Amino acid sequence: MLPEKLLLEVVTPEGLLLREEVDTVRAPGALGYFGVLPGHRPFFSTLGLGEISYQIGKESGHLTCFWGFCEVLPDRVSILAEVGERAEDIDVERAEKQRHQAADRMKSIRDEQGFKEAQAAYMKAVTRLSVARKRRD
Amino acid sequence: MPALIDIRRRIRSVKNTQQITKAMKMVSAAKLRRAQEAMFAARPYARRMMQVLNSLASRATPEAHPLLVERPQQNVLLIVVTSDKGLCGGFNANITRAALRFLQDEQRVGQTVKLEVVGRKARDFFRKRVWELHAEHVGVFQPLKYETAKVLAKSAIDGFTAGRFDAVYLVFNEFKSVIAQRVAVERLLPVAREEFAPENPPVEHLYEPDAQAIFDEILPRHVEVQLWQALLESAAAEHGARMAAMDAATNNAGEMIDSLTLYMNKVRQAAITKEIIEVVSGASS
Repeated sequence: MLPEKLLLEVVTPEGLLLREEVDTVRAPGALGYFGVLPGHRPFFSTLGLGEISYQIGKESGHLTCFWGFCEVLPDRVSILAEVGERAEDIDVERAEKQRHQAADRMKSIRDEQGFKEAQAAYMKAVTRLSVARKRRD
Repeated sequence: MPALIDIRRRIRSVKNTQQITKAMKMVSAAKLRRAQEAMFAARPYARRMMQVLNSLASRATPEAHPLLVERPQQNVLLIVVTSDKGLCGGFNANITRAALRFLQDEQRVGQTVKLEVVGRKARDFFRKRVWELHAEHVGVFQPLKYETAKVLAKSAIDGFTAGRFDAVYLVFNEFKSVIAQRVAVERLLPVAREEFAPENPPVEHLYEPDAQAIFDEILPRHVEVQLWQALLESAAAEHGARMAAMDAATNNAGEMIDSLTLYMNKVRQAAITKEIIEVVSGASS
């Protein structure tokens, strides 16, 4: 008998972000996005930069997620995100500013390491903006 | 017999002190609530992390990762967590005493101990005793940042993997309740394997990218999270201890005012009686 729902739990060092019964989950794995449906085979992955999305019926929700781990069991998904925020907690103005700053840095920086950092900052800002746009009002 | 005015002055000064301690108690109560919230908020993450580690490590050998390897202990690092500010009862004294005992015990069995201190109080204490400090972190509690735990974890892990330390221990005040703290001495590295109760039946997981890469990421994180939890506990315990200390101080000041007031009244009474006697004896002669 396959479980019909997934218990999605997202925790960060600052606290529990989300705990809900959902139908599907999509998360940014280190090797690319992966989707999870109830009854998934046990699976463990590190997470990269991106957004976590989930669906409950026709409703969908979005969170940002920057690095972390994800454990998938047939009836639950536990995500330990290093940094993460809910769509409604995102400060759009700040994210916009960060995006500009990161873009400028990417243009002016020459060394490899610095460029990677700037690129990560840029990705973070863009993800925040995109998640904020999908905010449920 | 002291002059009335001197006693009055004393009472006034004690009253001022009482007002200050009362205010400090209130401030601590507010800060305590915030610190406690932060501590409780961090718990689910730490608990999940532990569960995930359990399910990983139950399928791994001790040699799977350098941070799991037990070596004979020759060089030990001790991380001491105290507060930056005083006026919190025995909070810091308890920690430094436990740390000193640890140092003496380890030295007796021929191990060398390096110290890494968090908080101004520990730094001052060990500086006075001319202990060599491996590193110090002062002023990290206002406000407490996750960055601090990261820095601490990095120095511990780097030292451990480079072979400079064979074990890393942590001394801090554990938050038992608002009025009670417990001095905890915990081993941080190597990551203890007895924490990992084998899970049965072990389910075969898929790993992405692979088990090794996941270990590489999760073990350092685990150390960070443990340190973070210790810092949060210590911060909450500090405010709890200060609140209790300031409450006691306020009560003591109150008692002192009462007894001084009684004394003052007695002195005044005596002065009046003396005057009456003088008047009466003057009239009768």
